[in-house]
Amino acid sequence: MHGRNFSSVDMGRRQALKESGSLGLLALFTLLGLVPGAAWAATNKAAFEAKTLSEALDALGGITPVDSALIKLTAPDIAENGATVPVTVESSLPRTQQISILVEKNPTILAASFNISEGLEGFITARIKMAQTSAVIVLVKADGKFYRASTEVKVTAGGC
Amino acid sequence: MANPTKMRASLKDGVTEVRALMQHEMENGRRKDETGNIVPAWYITEFKVEHNGKVVLDGEFGTSVSKNPYLVFRIKGGKAGDKVSLSWVDNRGDKRFDEVEVG
Repeated sequence: MHGRNFSSVDMGRRQALKESGSLGLLALFTLLGLVPGAAWAATNKAAFEAKTLSEALDALGGITPVDSALIKLTAPDIAENGATVPVTVESSLPRTQQISILVEKNPTILAASFNISEGLEGFITARIKMAQTSAVIVLVKADGKFYRASTEVKVTAGGC
Repeated sequence: MANPTKMRASLKDGVTEVRALMQHEMENGRRKDETGNIVPAWYITEFKVEHNGKVVLDGEFGTSVSKNPYLVFRIKGGKAGDKVSLSWVDNRGDKRFDEVEVG
């Protein structure tokens, strides 16, 4: 009888220690920035699941981007390997905040989205997969407004 | 455990250019293996870059980013010895943190 009581108290204490221990670790990791999901930018799942440009624009808040000559988009005219297509975006728009790369005819249209801080130049190079010949569209958010640029990339061997 | 991100940060004309190669399969969830089974989606979903502990760039990836994601970006200013780190997390919760000094 006694032994049983002791053991249940002991179990409770152990459980409590275990929980406080893991909570403490989690708090420490959060402080150190080692729990990415916790403090990072809000994920935009719907935009990454979008299959068409209009779905993606809706998911990004119903935006209507305007063409801008201040965005320089560099991608090959012909990509022999659709598995790695280099894309470079240079935005000269003042206060560039975000750069997103979309491939119009990929199964999901949004490839990547980058949040640009004030400490960063409006420049990014990434490598993307392309299933077939398609327009590559870049959306740039600058000073709260959305702009776009696009270019056609011919893909000889799809890589999606 | 994921493989380390290969990174180089070099200072040129007052700008620190960073080249980073994250090592990841980036499976889009549509590819089939030799036996015809679908290979489940497995890809980096988020990454973050810090310059001396301050976030300068973060972003999200979908499934259309190439295997072993490669990025080039430019941090304003910077000096030799500054620390640039890149961390990422994938859709399975695996993560990686790597840091280099500006050279």
